[in-house]
Amino acid sequence: MRNTAVAWLLPCLMLAVPMAQAEPIDELKQLKMQLQLMQQKIEKLEAAQAKAAAERASEQAAAATQAAATQAAAQALPQMPEPVSNSRSDANAFNPQVSFVLNGGYNASSRNPALFSVPGFALGDSAALADRGLTLNESELNLAANVDNSFYASSTLSLPAGGGINVEEAYVQTLGLPAGLTVKGGRFFSDIGYINHFHPHHDDFIDRSLANRVFLNSIFAGDGLQARWLAPTDTFLELGGELLRGDRFPGGGAARRGTGSWDLFVHAGGDVGFSNSWLAGFSWLNTTSLGRSSFDNTGAVTGTFDGNSTLAIANLVWKWAPNGNPVDRNFKFQMELFGQRQGGAFNTLSYQSRQWGGYVEAVYQPVHGWDIGLRHSLVFAANRGGAVLPGGLFDSAGHRPNRTSLVLGYANSEFSHFRMQFSLDKSQPLTDYQLGLQYIMIIGAHGAHQY
Amino acid sequence: MNIFMKSGLILLAVSSLALPAQAAVHVFACEPEWAALAGELGGSDVDVYTATSALQDPHHIQARPSLIARVHNSDLVMATGAQLEIGWLPVLLRQSANAAVQPGNPGYFEAASYVKLLDVPTTVDRSQGDVHPGGNPHIQTDARNMLLVAAALNSRLQQIDPEHQADYQKRYEDFSHRWQDALVRWQQMAAPLHGIKLIAYHKGWAYMLRWLSMQEVGTIEPLPGIAPSAGYLAGLLKKQQGQPAAMVIYAAYQSSKASEWLGKRLHIPVVQLPFTVGGDDQAEDLFSLYDDTIKRLLKAAGH
Repeated sequence: MRNTAVAWLLPCLMLAVPMAQAEPIDELKQLKMQLQLMQQKIEKLEAAQAKAAAERASEQAAAATQAAATQAAAQALPQMPEPVSNSRSDANAFNPQVSFVLNGGYNASSRNPALFSVPGFALGDSAALADRGLTLNESELNLAANVDNSFYASSTLSLPAGGGINVEEAYVQTLGLPAGLTVKGGRFFSDIGYINHFHPHHDDFIDRSLANRVFLNSIFAGDGLQARWLAPTDTFLELGGELLRGDRFPGGGAARRGTGSWDLFVHAGGDVGFSNSWLAGFSWLNTTSLGRSSFDNTGAVTGTFDGNSTLAIANLVWKWAPNGNPVDRNFKFQMELFGQRQGGAFNTLSYQSRQWGGYVEAVYQPVHGWDIGLRHSLVFAANRGGAVLPGGLFDSAGHRPNRTSLVLGYANSEFSHFRMQFSLDKSQPLTDYQLGLQYIMIIGAHGAHQY
Repeated sequence: MNIFMKSGLILLAVSSLALPAQAAVHVFACEPEWAALAGELGGSDVDVYTATSALQDPHHIQARPSLIARVHNSDLVMATGAQLEIGWLPVLLRQSANAAVQPGNPGYFEAASYVKLLDVPTTVDRSQGDVHPGGNPHIQTDARNMLLVAAALNSRLQQIDPEHQADYQKRYEDFSHRWQDALVRWQQMAAPLHGIKLIAYHKGWAYMLRWLSMQEVGTIEPLPGIAPSAGYLAGLLKKQQGQPAAMVIYAAYQSSKASEWLGKRLHIPVVQLPFTVGGDDQAEDLFSLYDDTIKRLLKAAGH
């Protein structure tokens, strides 16, 4: 049965194939002929132009020998009266640029990470320490492109090792507003402070500083709108503000009918000579919380907060590279200072606090591919009210949590990084010695990095 | 609080009205050679800012705040293109809040679009190093390309600043005559360089090699953008020992260490070339850039 089917099919196929090919062959012939014609035309044109150029050159270069002049002019490319851009594009040139970040590593600590806490602070869900052992960290997929002449869109999806997809960022930004204005809408990392708006694979350290983890839950993001204005000056000066839904720590519960957080920021920056550049900023974040949960390091809820918090951040970044060329050697100094005031109720008990903190870090690249960095971060809290119970969450017992990290980084290329980080974590009275190893691999489009 | 926000918005609106009047066309040139060309064609009608110096690697520039401010205030951004500036220019453009210089508008100019690119890869894979899918972007190493870019820039300047059309045209014609004379001169000067074999630090000289009929027999970077390892250098040394190249060349912004190491062991001259305007004391404008480049090559070749 099968044989008869094959016996029928084969001749049919043999007939069909040449018929199907007949048309393309004719088209090919036509194309070839057209190409030959075009080539002949081009050759004629080139000959004419070369001749004209040779004549001109021989007139001008009287001293030059005739032979040399002809040779030179023939090699000089013919001059086009109407220059036409020959920028090429292929069929998928309109696809967004796609990049994918893979990262993972190993963590060791002398104390059980489940015991981690920062006395005096109610922490968000992402402030915790990483688990011990070998881990695959979140992979990150970024798609970005200009939507049209007026808009740019970018979306970053993170894929946690445990499964699922998180939308980390999904925003649209204007490109063509007048008067130095830029508006961004969607979900985005807030531009308050300095390091907050970067994706972690851009960092010099394996994790964010203690202060960033405590005050901003590692990264403060939100759904909402951002407006920025860039001053028409030669020194960089930018003012901006954001109005956000307010469901992210340090806010929570999407208060004020889903507009629970707002912030304002100013950034200024410039160069000092060829080798130095700087960026400074001041930010002000106001959040209203409705039943904001805080967590311990095992993910259990430690309580809920209703009230208002205001956070001020001052930041400074200074970069040095010999002659402004960071490829072989460069140095970066970075600091952020945080001050926060909170008032309201924690688990329905009255709670007022003033909290401070910050970090200072320096990263030096002595030779191409290698860098070494040191960071010290410190936070402390002064809490008042009925929610401050002896031995409880808000009882700092005079302790000033701090953490010092030393990082060694190696990059084989721009797209592959390895890091080793030692930390002395004194968040609690007992010191925790931590080791972290990390790899970061970026495949796909060559991203451009912000300062 | 609401008053705070409102007054902030009003402040934004008021201060954005206070824009300065523009006299000349503000050009943001990504590399010094384009700044020099814009100066030649624009004369006093343009105000040129050079984003990078010859001592900086144009592949790796930090998107510094000062550059964002300069792009914001420019009427024309002049880039090489072909993905040379991919690591920094897109950020500057996106953050500049300047509609006029976004790609696709007359205020955005890519020199490489007007030149036939060499080294266009047939396959694009990062195992080949930091390759440029569009082709080799270092087009300024062939002086003949300047004429093509100048023609395109001339019409672009006339488009942006129609008031001074005649001035641009006049300067362009003058430049193009002087350049053609210079091309003849350079061709004669460089005649002894024909067929000379050399080792380059980076694949940055494809256009010059073709222009001056020189031959690259190796690069110190094993792959574009990848620094050489000791093992790779030893291999290169071994391969070169029988019939060594005539010289090692590297650009002013590149580290000289590996080049010096190889040159010393092969007993061949090591030449630092300016690569762009300002790359050394002699290369102070477009004309002297090529004069000096050829002189340095001739000296190393023993002429």
